Amino acid sequence: MESHYPALIALTYVVSTVLITLFAFWKERLAYVFAVFGSGVASVLSVLAFLNYLTDGSLRYFFGGWTPPIGIEFVYDGLSGFFLLVINIVAFVVLVYTKKPTNKELPSKTVPYYALVMLMMVGFNGIILTGDLFNLYVFLEISSLSSYALISIGNKKASYAAFRYLIIGTVGGTLYLFGVGFLYTVTGTLNLIDMSTLLPTLVESRAVFTALVLMVVGIGIKAAVFPMHGWLPEAYSNAASGTTALIAPIGTKVAAYVLFRIFFYLFGIEIADTIVPITYIIGALAAIGILYGSIMAIGQTDLKRMLAYSSVSQIGYIILGLSMANPWGFAGALLHVLNHAVMKASLFMVSGNLMYKTGNTDITKFNDSYRKKYPITMASFTIAAISMVGLPPLAGFFSKWYLVLGTVENSNWIFLAVILVSSLLNAVYFFRIIEKVYMKNSIAGQKIADESPRDEAPGSMIWPLAILAVSLFVIGLFNAVIVGFLMNLFPI
Amino acid sequence: MIDFALGHYAYWFTMILMVIGLYGMMFKKNLIKKVVSLAVFQSAIILFFVAVASKWNATVPVKSDLLPVEQVSNYLNPLPHTLMLTAIVVGVATLGVAFTFLIAIYNRYRTLDEQELIDKLN
Repeated sequence: MESHYPALIALTYVVSTVLITLFAFWKERLAYVFAVFGSGVASVLSVLAFLNYLTDGSLRYFFGGWTPPIGIEFVYDGLSGFFLLVINIVAFVVLVYTKKPTNKELPSKTVPYYALVMLMMVGFNGIILTGDLFNLYVFLEISSLSSYALISIGNKKASYAAFRYLIIGTVGGTLYLFGVGFLYTVTGTLNLIDMSTLLPTLVESRAVFTALVLMVVGIGIKAAVFPMHGWLPEAYSNAASGTTALIAPIGTKVAAYVLFRIFFYLFGIEIADTIVPITYIIGALAAIGILYGSIMAIGQTDLKRMLAYSSVSQIGYIILGLSMANPWGFAGALLHVLNHAVMKASLFMVSGNLMYKTGNTDITKFNDSYRKKYPITMASFTIAAISMVGLPPLAGFFSKWYLVLGTVENSNWIFLAVILVSSLLNAVYFFRIIEKVYMKNSIAGQKIADESPRDEAPGSMIWPLAILAVSLFVIGLFNAVIVGFLMNLFPI
Repeated sequence: MIDFALGHYAYWFTMILMVIGLYGMMFKKNLIKKVVSLAVFQSAIILFFVAVASKWNATVPVKSDLLPVEQVSNYLNPLPHTLMLTAIVVGVATLGVAFTFLIAIYNRYRTLDEQELIDKLN
């Protein structure tokens, strides 16, 4: 049983996809049941696999018994285990949430919706688990194609936003494939572990240089690293609430995982740096992206669009930590993957709740009656927003703290200033909402807050949100344990 | 220099094809033309893999008594071609999804011109 965990996690989602497409047309409610059950089983399996990893170490699963480099393998090691835990558990919680908003926003489309969600999760889990570069491309395209389709079922602008995402995303995937082609011609293998032993002897090769650049650009497009983020705000803000709450926390993180895999495990960050000064380049891009995303977020009047720009800035933190190439930055970036997944999921759930109740997410219409009408939603928003800004003891503080330690270790004061300034900018765009809701009596001086009856969203939308918001405290309290684990993953 | 240019003509060709694809995606106003450019761009990568694996005076990797297995140079490496079969399938799926979006866009807005579409959206 233990040795089959890597394949079983991905297989659970494949089975749910098939079950939904086969049986849910007969009874539409089954789609949601299968989806939640499938992701629940996958979450339990990833927890079990992680416990198994802690005692027995990493697992390699050879498909059909063909040993690599001939066959394809799934590799379960510390990094993939951590990412699997994050994406599967967050996806499970968000899927529980999606029942009501999906029924309301996408009536009669729930069956294809959940089938696509499960297919997308197959892609994400496959990307994280696979130990083969071409296999990674296939899973990348599976997840991307399903997320294009998911994003296209939204408001009236969604199909054009999804079309743009498709064009840009496919260019990214194809550039990655081009890079894999170059690596294959010089090494003759596609297996990650096999290739990582061959690459250090090929540092001088111009083909390796080209491959590294192409792969970073290709995956950078999927991860929405700063100048390649153009598709993200449109795609996130026009999709349905359930879709955004699902894709925003995990979609770009999985692409960031591929960057971690390429930099730290395939090339080795020092070798990658001798091929081309890649850490300077992506570090600078990430720093610009952090500031750009925060400044653009301040200018938005729509909550979803603001959160989408904030995602551009948050993915910058992860890439910035990666570019530091020291254990503090590495652990900080990975902790930020977890924190940002939880924070963004709760913030997009809040926007989903407001969409469900009021029909829009326009910030200018927020007023103090919200604190009476939607007490739990707004409290969760406040917790997640304060965590995004980075106040202790919430989770967001600690990932920023370790990133700051990383900049200090490298004596890179510009990045330190960028992290601090961007926290202030985060405060600007989140506190203006908190101010509107909690601080003043907005409508022409009259006190309307006390007269508004409680009008909270249904329980299936509140509980997942509350659980994620509370878990921000828990992650903050146990950050030392998590970071201790993550620091050990740093390959020297 | 001329040897370099002629010896790598297949790669020059794929590069030119790739740039044509990128140009079309960026500068053509018609959405169908964008999708066609995307297909051109993907074909460039597919041709790159095929060109990498091509070999003169070699045969398919099927064991034969006339060609001893030890002489590896007599055989083609089939793997890049096999990979490209998968990549072609992925490309077909991508085009399918793209055209589905275009049908949805056309049914709703009655235009496939990017500028008109943006005007109608705002």
